[in-house]
Amino acid sequence: MGDSTVLVVGTRKGAFILESDAKRASWSVRGPLCEGWPIHAMAIDPDSRTILAAGGSGWYGPAVWRSDDLGETWTHSSAGLTYGDDGPKIETVWGIARKNGTVYAGVEPAGLFRSDDGGATWSHVEGLTNHPTRKDWQPGGGGLCLHTIVPHPTDNKRVWVAISAVGTFETTDGGKTWESRNRGVRAGFLPPDGQYPEIGQCVHKLVLAADGGERLFQQNHSGVFRSTDGGKEWQEISAGLPSTFGFPMVAHPRQPETIWTVPLNGDDRGRYMPDGKAAVWRSDDAGTTWKRHARGLPQENAFMTVLRDSMAVDPRDSVGVYFGTTGGELYGSSDEGKTWREIAAHLPPIWSIEAAVI
Amino acid sequence: MAVVVLPRSLLALFPGTPRRLDASGSTVREVIADLDKQVPGMWDRLCETGPAIRTHVNVFVAGERASLETAVAGDTTVHVIPAVSGG
Repeated sequence: MGDSTVLVVGTRKGAFILESDAKRASWSVRGPLCEGWPIHAMAIDPDSRTILAAGGSGWYGPAVWRSDDLGETWTHSSAGLTYGDDGPKIETVWGIARKNGTVYAGVEPAGLFRSDDGGATWSHVEGLTNHPTRKDWQPGGGGLCLHTIVPHPTDNKRVWVAISAVGTFETTDGGKTWESRNRGVRAGFLPPDGQYPEIGQCVHKLVLAADGGERLFQQNHSGVFRSTDGGKEWQEISAGLPSTFGFPMVAHPRQPETIWTVPLNGDDRGRYMPDGKAAVWRSDDAGTTWKRHARGLPQENAFMTVLRDSMAVDPRDSVGVYFGTTGGELYGSSDEGKTWREIAAHLPPIWSIEAAVI
Repeated sequence: MAVVVLPRSLLALFPGTPRRLDASGSTVREVIADLDKQVPGMWDRLCETGPAIRTHVNVFVAGERASLETAVAGDTTVHVIPAVSGG
């Protein structure tokens, strides 16, 4: 494993790169990159040292940025990133993921694009847009955005995507057809007798466990949920958490039953850390029980919000866990979330973090 | 040839592009299409679905606010200016 630990951070005003060593005690900060564009999501490939940054400029529209030298130089492209002149305007790119030479981009209004040339050109995955429920898709507070893309670890034809406020979908045929994967996921903002529709769930973040590709977790607007069959059925695992509401979630890179989330106080109560006391919650039994971790985090007047992509883990033996706030603070733990320290402050509002070892 | 004057924030996306460029075309649409030939990717930054000039980009032909269909005379100066927006 390499000597450097790298965080790529997307913010409302550009991308940033934080670098440290294996101890992860002190960090350097580079940025803003990508000409200060709002960056919703980033991805880093430790082997090629390629970084992708997805977002959109208020002036110049959506694009995916690419750097092949760890952020020193950048290019950008949106060639093919369009629904056509008769279709809706794409506002921005919300999600980015890569798998076996293919890069996927999720956009607003919700749709999926793929690139087989590293992000130089894009093509629309029409099968998802043609889903029979498309006419009923409704936006969440952040817009009608496809924000999370989870390729299956071994089957290149399987991909899950998460759309707010529509829910989770899976393709098993490389994107030609898609099925909703929301059974058992509660939509608590609907009337009591209609809280389990086929679609309409407000999934905030979808993550895959490290044990082969059938165990998924999601932090939803209305709770935390687990599936052991690739999303066909979900069980709520919110019990033990201080709130059902939160945005981010991350999974341990090797332990399939370990996950972290950051509960906020509630969708109608301000959406900040409960009681102004910052904490990350961890489960080591796939969400059956939860433990609060707050050592090193502010415990007074910490009315912080952590958004859906603003949490990440690195792959080191003692996994590093990181989260960023809308106030531009970035916290890190080098002991799997037990103790924390502030590793950057005064950044623009943080929208995404990815971690890698190089 | 029209002379197109580009803003700093746009030039930064295409390193090496000069601030003033000669471009041919009898309409703004054709001028931007010629810009895109010279600087690939320029069309996507200036135009959106429709096609239309992006909502927060303003194009002026001889000092007048223009659309894609606005006529461009041979020796006209075309200014591309980002809108007053942001935060």
